Amino acid sequence: MLHKVSETQERKRSEVADVDRSLYDFVMPEEGYERYDDGLTPEIVRSISAKKDEPDWMLEMRLKALDVFHEMRMADNWGPDVSALDMDHISTYVSPKTKQARNWEDVPEDIKTTFERLGIPEAERESLAGVGAQYDSEIVYHNMREEVAEQGVIYSTIEDALHDPKWEPVVHQYFGKLIPMRDHKFAALHYAVWSGGSFVYVPEGVSLSYPLQSYFRLNASGAGQFEHTLIIVEPGADLHFIEGCSAPKYYEANLHAGAVELFVKDRARLRYSTIENWSKNMFNLNTKRATVGADAKMEWVSGSFGSHVSYLYPTTILSGARSTCEFTGITFAGATQDLDTGCKVILNGADTTASVDTKSISKDGGVNTFRSSVVIGRHADRARATVSCSSLMLDDISRSDTIPAMDVRNATASVGHEATIGRISDDTILYLMSRGCSEAEARTMVVNGFANPVSKELPLEYAVEMNNLIKLEMEGAIG
Amino acid sequence: MSEALLTIQGLSAGTEDNPILHNINLAVAQGETHVLMGPNGAGKSTLGHVIMGDPTYKVSSGTVTFDGVDVTDLSPDKRSLAGMFLSYQAPVEVPGVPLYSFLRTICQMRPELKTTARKFRQRVANICDQLSMDDSFLTRELNVGFSGGEKKKIEMLQLLLLQPKLAILDETDSGLDVDALSVVSRGIEAYREECDGALLIITHNTRILERLDVDRTHVMVRGNLVGEGDASLIDEIDANGFGRFEEALAAKGGAA
Repeated sequence: MLHKVSETQERKRSEVADVDRSLYDFVMPEEGYERYDDGLTPEIVRSISAKKDEPDWMLEMRLKALDVFHEMRMADNWGPDVSALDMDHISTYVSPKTKQARNWEDVPEDIKTTFERLGIPEAERESLAGVGAQYDSEIVYHNMREEVAEQGVIYSTIEDALHDPKWEPVVHQYFGKLIPMRDHKFAALHYAVWSGGSFVYVPEGVSLSYPLQSYFRLNASGAGQFEHTLIIVEPGADLHFIEGCSAPKYYEANLHAGAVELFVKDRARLRYSTIENWSKNMFNLNTKRATVGADAKMEWVSGSFGSHVSYLYPTTILSGARSTCEFTGITFAGATQDLDTGCKVILNGADTTASVDTKSISKDGGVNTFRSSVVIGRHADRARATVSCSSLMLDDISRSDTIPAMDVRNATASVGHEATIGRISDDTILYLMSRGCSEAEARTMVVNGFANPVSKELPLEYAVEMNNLIKLEMEGAIG
Repeated sequence: MSEALLTIQGLSAGTEDNPILHNINLAVAQGETHVLMGPNGAGKSTLGHVIMGDPTYKVSSGTVTFDGVDVTDLSPDKRSLAGMFLSYQAPVEVPGVPLYSFLRTICQMRPELKTTARKFRQRVANICDQLSMDDSFLTRELNVGFSGGEKKKIEMLQLLLLQPKLAILDETDSGLDVDALSVVSRGIEAYREECDGALLIITHNTRILERLDVDRTHVMVRGNLVGEGDASLIDEIDANGFGRFEEALAAKGGAA
């Protein structure tokens, strides 16, 4: 997902580099892959479990989740239309014919090429403490720097953790506890067929100076990706975790229904950054949730650019006193996209604070819906929450809605909400053009500037990546 | 006599239903400094914007020729790249775009100004010195939250960086305190010395002109150019105002 950036120091955030359209949209052959039949049956679930040689409790959980999935009805009274998603035509498990490698040299050539084109090995060398790379249903590469491992940090697949007698009980203790399978129909689906993802454990007091990054690539057409990310940050520890996702464009629907469970203990800090660029045939029905202990801090940085339909509302439960949540997000909806995104914060501890700052950009008939939910519990004395949402509409055929909800059950709490919707002013474009920018460059510059509060929260390479995505989306925006 | 850098011939322009400029003829040669004066609302700024190609205004007749090329139908970016510059009376705020990277971007798009990161940084630092600008400005967002005077300094910074052949300064002196005014004057002097550029200074007060060698002075009243003279005309206007020009226009039958 990272571009080769020459002059990295020099390239500033409002500049936009040339983007190669083929960067995300390329397909590798699936020959020799293990691909399970489309649809959902107990046999398929058992096969996935058997292949992973899982503990019994996990198989039981999967089968129960499958029942729940069939039992729950599809929500059809709110949000974007998902009727085009037919589970009978989605393969829930596609595995490349390879074992997980710790060295890129051991990764099969076509898969290695994919991740090289996305810039992953390069980023790993330059600025990451560890990398996990998932291709379709399985992690094909996982590695972490020696010095990080020496501090007792665990960064592996969930499957590997389940095979380790030391970590199997830990996974058992945490897995599925924050996001219950009955949360919604696709959470149930996730637990039935989950595969891949990451397990991260940061011991008490350990600070990682570089981020860990997991990258999820869905290459197979008509398939689903159901990775599970479980992160435990022990008291006083500090982690930045980056998640990237992309897929080539197909005409068949693809489905992403991952789950992210984050446990941030007392005095710990977790930053969770995502740049999502799924192709525009993707149904992105992802669930992310964090629980935060006393004096701890949860920071989300979220960039949503891709997918046909998204339902994405990362949720933070501020359980401990004085815990804080900062959510910074941007969503870019272009033609054929209906992106329903936002965030939820539940403030339960006293003196907890939440600040939500989101941006949305819509163009070419794209639909953006921002939903926020702030719940202040009875015991959350002096809790404070602010939600701010600004939308930029680039034409008259796009749509942007803001749906804030606030539920305040404590009289000493304070909440604030502001929303703005705007357009790019002609004066601004003219001013930039009078300095030599073409109209398209001027618009891209303004949009990048609008997104800047988000991109400046990202490491430089990712900020450049985000600007490139905006540039890509803005191409052809001028009629 | 060599051909003028900027030639405006028979130019009439305005908004959709409101003609503003009437049959303007004006020529500015390389290295010359022209001053355009006139009472508030005379159409001076409109002329500056029309020369730059602001699509708010439609040209109903006449031509603008720059450096031997008819630019009447060119968009503002093409005019800018050809060597024209308009300093705004009220520079627009562009949130989220850091000033320094903006400057870098608009220089890198000009082949003649392309340079290495290090040399560029040095150039910017030198110009900031010249203009007594704090270099902390550079990390801030383009024009966002700057005072009027600071915005004008940023316009001067862009002028000196881009080294255009022609600079139109639209009320660059308005609303400035004495210090800011002297900075702007220094900027204009530096531009003349370093670029031998042509200047069209739009103003309705004369203080900024005291230190400049003015070649020609033009007077605009109600969208008409009604007077032209050398630098001495400035002193006359300073003493007597625009009264006689307004009367002259009225005698001619007012604005067409």
